[in-house]
Amino acid sequence: MKELILIAISAIFVENFVLSKFLGICPFLGVSKKTSTALGMGGAVVFVITLSSAVTWAANKYLLESYGLTYLQTIVFILVIAALVQFVETVLKKVLPTLYSALGIYLPLITTNCAVLGSALLIQERQYTLLNAVVFGFASAVGFTLAMVLFSGVRERIETSEIPIAFQGLPITLIAAALVSVAFVGFQGLFGL
Amino acid sequence: MTDKKRNVFKVLTNGFMKENPVLKLVLGTCPSLAVTTMAKNGIGMGIAATFVLLGSNIVISLIRKIVPDKVRIPVFITVIAGFTTIVEMLLHAYLPDIYKELGIYIPLIVVNCIILARAEMFACKNTVGMSILDALGMGGGFTIALLIMGSIREILGAGTWFGITLTKNLFDPAVIMVLPAGGFLVYGFVVAAVQKFSTLNIRNKEIAAGCGMSCAGCVANDNGGDKA
Repeated sequence: MKELILIAISAIFVENFVLSKFLGICPFLGVSKKTSTALGMGGAVVFVITLSSAVTWAANKYLLESYGLTYLQTIVFILVIAALVQFVETVLKKVLPTLYSALGIYLPLITTNCAVLGSALLIQERQYTLLNAVVFGFASAVGFTLAMVLFSGVRERIETSEIPIAFQGLPITLIAAALVSVAFVGFQGLFGL
Repeated sequence: MTDKKRNVFKVLTNGFMKENPVLKLVLGTCPSLAVTTMAKNGIGMGIAATFVLLGSNIVISLIRKIVPDKVRIPVFITVIAGFTTIVEMLLHAYLPDIYKELGIYIPLIVVNCIILARAEMFACKNTVGMSILDALGMGGGFTIALLIMGSIREILGAGTWFGITLTKNLFDPAVIMVLPAGGFLVYGFVVAAVQKFSTLNIRNKEIAAGCGMSCAGCVANDNGGDKA
């Protein structure tokens, strides 16, 4: 249990996907303009990463490792993730239409979100067990959502400020992200990592 | 003839300045931020991605007439993943240092939006020759952007450049530059400099705003393709 809590806390704060591992920067910059869209995207990412952690873990263990095909990891993972996203979308539409209407438009954006593939790869690299993998996936996605929601608050303030022309648009967003990231550096001493 | 030549030149140089994938189109931001703690890693990632882009552009422009429109995106992704695996194996075998430094960002080339975007926007509409030029131009632009960011971060953050000590007695390196925060900061300032010195200021802003979405854009297509 202690191990699981450690994995979760370090995935959310210490190794935050966006702010310290640079995974999922595209959606981080793209949909963090409003807190509501940031939450929607975050919800979809939590859902998909948690599922994909389990599925890619199983694919790796029972398909790739048992047939000695680990060199095909990249191809298999990306196809599994693409299929999973499609599957989740179809199932949600039929079974839970309310959840689908909340997350629906964000789901297709997730296949090429490098956070999903990144978490699958990190799980293999660290040789997690299935339970650890699912907890890690869930916690990293929560960390991603946290970073995005926090940052969307900052961005809503930026919208109304006066900014030099050269810095308008992307540059000021990136510099604000740098400041948010500095705040997360503070967590690094948490476990003496 | 001159017209054709000019066209070739345009395709080749497009990626370096006018449509630099990192600095203007804001594609492939994850690797640009993650691996640029050192100039050497920036170049390594740039060349690896250029190789994948070259391979995928060639194959995709060759098979563009055979592949049905509906399964286009899954096919493209599989081709890209294949070349990424090749690069991963080559680096593992011949450049183990770089392989270790770049870590999971090598397999993550698969989801580098630059490559899928070029497949979708260029290679599936143009001849093999033009696609090669496009890949070289875009890959070159990507590599240069990473080199610039990597150099700035390495010099300010570690006082070295390609491992050579430069600032021994000049100033103490600011460690923040090689931390993640420094990545965002340097990227922000480099893009600001590009906007400042480019004549297309206003147009840029629109691109920048739409651009975080452009990954999203290719995926939106992706889904349409799958479902149809």
